[in-house]
Amino acid sequence: MKLTDIQSKVHSTFFKEHQRKLYQSLEDKHTTIEELDDGDPLTTKMILNMGPQHPATHGVLRLVLQLDGETIEKSKLDIGYLHRGVEKIAENKTYQEFMPYTDRMDYLSPYSNNVALCTAVEKIAGVTVPERAHYIRMIGCELARISSHLLWLGTMVMDAGAISFFIWTFKEREKIYDIMDRIGGHRFTISHARIGGVANDLTDEATASIKEFVDTFPNELRDYHKLLDRNRIFIDRNEAVGVLKTEDALAIGATGPVLRACGFGVDIRKLFPYARYNEVDFDIPTRLEGDNLARYYVRMEEMSESIRIIRQCLEKMPKGPVRTDNAKQAYPSKDEVYYSMEGMIHDFMMTDTGICPPEGAECYHAIESPKGELGYYIQSDGTGHPWRLKINAPSFTNLQVLENMLDGEMVADTVVIIGGIDPVLGEADK
Amino acid sequence: MSLKLTEPLQITVDRLTENFTDKIIEVYQSSGDTFIRIEAGSLKEICSYLKNELHYIYLSDIFGIDRYTSEERFEVVYNLLSLRDRTRIFLKVRCEEENPELESVNDVWPAANWNEREVFDMFGIRFNNHPDLRRIFLPEDFEYYPLRKEFPLLGIPGSIELPGTTPNID
Repeated sequence: MKLTDIQSKVHSTFFKEHQRKLYQSLEDKHTTIEELDDGDPLTTKMILNMGPQHPATHGVLRLVLQLDGETIEKSKLDIGYLHRGVEKIAENKTYQEFMPYTDRMDYLSPYSNNVALCTAVEKIAGVTVPERAHYIRMIGCELARISSHLLWLGTMVMDAGAISFFIWTFKEREKIYDIMDRIGGHRFTISHARIGGVANDLTDEATASIKEFVDTFPNELRDYHKLLDRNRIFIDRNEAVGVLKTEDALAIGATGPVLRACGFGVDIRKLFPYARYNEVDFDIPTRLEGDNLARYYVRMEEMSESIRIIRQCLEKMPKGPVRTDNAKQAYPSKDEVYYSMEGMIHDFMMTDTGICPPEGAECYHAIESPKGELGYYIQSDGTGHPWRLKINAPSFTNLQVLENMLDGEMVADTVVIIGGIDPVLGEADK
Repeated sequence: MSLKLTEPLQITVDRLTENFTDKIIEVYQSSGDTFIRIEAGSLKEICSYLKNELHYIYLSDIFGIDRYTSEERFEVVYNLLSLRDRTRIFLKVRCEEENPELESVNDVWPAANWNEREVFDMFGIRFNNHPDLRRIFLPEDFEYYPLRKEFPLLGIPGSIELPGTTPNID
C-alpha cells in the first residue's frame, strides 16, 4: 500500500508530522518485497492501528500493522506515550530522591528497580553494604520476579483466551503484595532499598509470611503446570508462534527470558554476580525453540528457581545491621535522628545534599530484573545530583525484538506475542 | 592512573592499541568499568573489529552525554558485552556541538537501531546511514532535544500540541 493511499484513508488530527513519518517508515520497511507486489485487486490489504488504548498491548504500546488478509506483512511500533523524561528528572534530584521514581519505571517489579539504582550509586560512591542487607535485597528481588512473572502468566494466558487463570495468579500476587506491605509498609511501589542498605530490617511477621509463601507457592506452581503444560488450546496458540531464531537473538539485542528461550544462558546474576548471588545455588533455565511456548517454560522454571533462592537466603541470612553506619554515605537510623543532634543534622544533610560521588567518576551497574538486564549508568560531577543518569531498560530492548518478530505472523497472534515478550511501557518509555 | 585490567580486557586493549594506534585517544577506568575513547572517524571500523575479532557480539546499549560548555560537546557511549570472555567495555566517541553527526553501527549490530533513535531524539545527534532515523519517544512535531542541558526541566510551554479538555462534539 502506498503512502498516499494510507493518508487518504487515515485522517490524522493529531501530531500530523509524527503520523506521516510513521506511515512513511511502514511504507519503507522491506521495500524490496513491496516492489514485487502488483496491485491489490481483492483489497485484502489494510493498515491496522492497534493501541495505544488497546487492552492487550500491556499499557500504551501502539502497533501499526500492514495486513494482507490475516497475515501481518510488516509492522512498526510507536512508543513514547508514557514518556515522562525520568532521565531529565534524575539530573535534578539527589540520588536518594530519585529512588521512588524507579518504582514507577517497571511498576510490576518495583523492588528490583530500587536495588538496581542503589547498587549503581553504591558502586560509584564506594559504599559497602552490610551482609544482611544483601540478603534482604535478594529476597525482595526474587519476590518481585515472581510477582512480575505471575502477572505475565495471568495476562498471557488471558490473551490466549482463558480468563479465570488471571484471577488465580492474582490471588498469589496478592500474597506478595501483603508480604511487601509487611516488609516496607507499601504494597505496590515499595521503595524499600536505600543507598547503603535497606530501610528497615525484616520483622518476624514479615519473615513468617515469606516462609509461608515459600512453602505454599510451589504447590500453586505445580497446579499451573498441570493446567497448562498439556492443555491443547494453550499449546496450539503458543507453539511455533513468535519465533525468534537463535542466530538473530543476540544480534537484535534480546535480553532476559526472551534471550534465554533462544538457547543462550545469559543471566547477569551468573555473568557478573552482584549482591550475594555467587553464594546461593541456582540454575538458569533455557530453551532452544525460541517460540512463545519456550518463553513460557523459561519463566515458569525461573519462578521455581526464585523460590529456591529465597529459601537459601532465609537460611544463610546473618544477623547484623541492615544499613551502613556511615552518616556521610547513608541515612542514619531513626533512633539516632530522634534522640541525638548529630543524627538530626546528618539526616538533614542526607536529604538536602545527599551522597556525593567523586567528580568525574562514571559507573555502570546492571542487575537481572524479571525482564532482563536492567542497568544504570551514572556520571557524577561531584555534587549530590548525577550529571547524567542513563537507564538501560530491558523492555525497551525487547520491544525492538518485537518489531522484527511480528512480520509474517497472524494478526490474531499479535496479542499473544506481545504477552510473551512481557513489555512494561513505563520502563520502555522512560 | 595505572589500569587494573583482567586478562581478557588486557587482550582487548592491547589488540586495539596495536591495530588502531593513532585512533585510540585514551583508555581509562572508573569505578571498575573500562572506557575506551576513540576518534569518531574510525568508529565503524573499530566496531566491526571488536565484533568480528574480539567477540563483542552483544550491544547492550547506546547513550549520549551532554558535556555542556566543554569542547566537543556531545559524547556517545556504546555499551558492549562479550559473553565468551565475560567482559564489558564502553566505547566512547565525541562530536561537535554544531550539527553533531556520527556513523550508524546498524549493520554491525542491528540492535543499535532503536538505541540510536533514542540518542537522536534526546540529543539531536544524527546517525548517517541509519535505516529509519525518526524520533522514538517524542512526536516528530516536537522541535527540541530534551536531554540537552539548556532544555528547561519544566519544558517549553506551547512546544507540544495537546488535546483539548472538552470533547469535540460534531
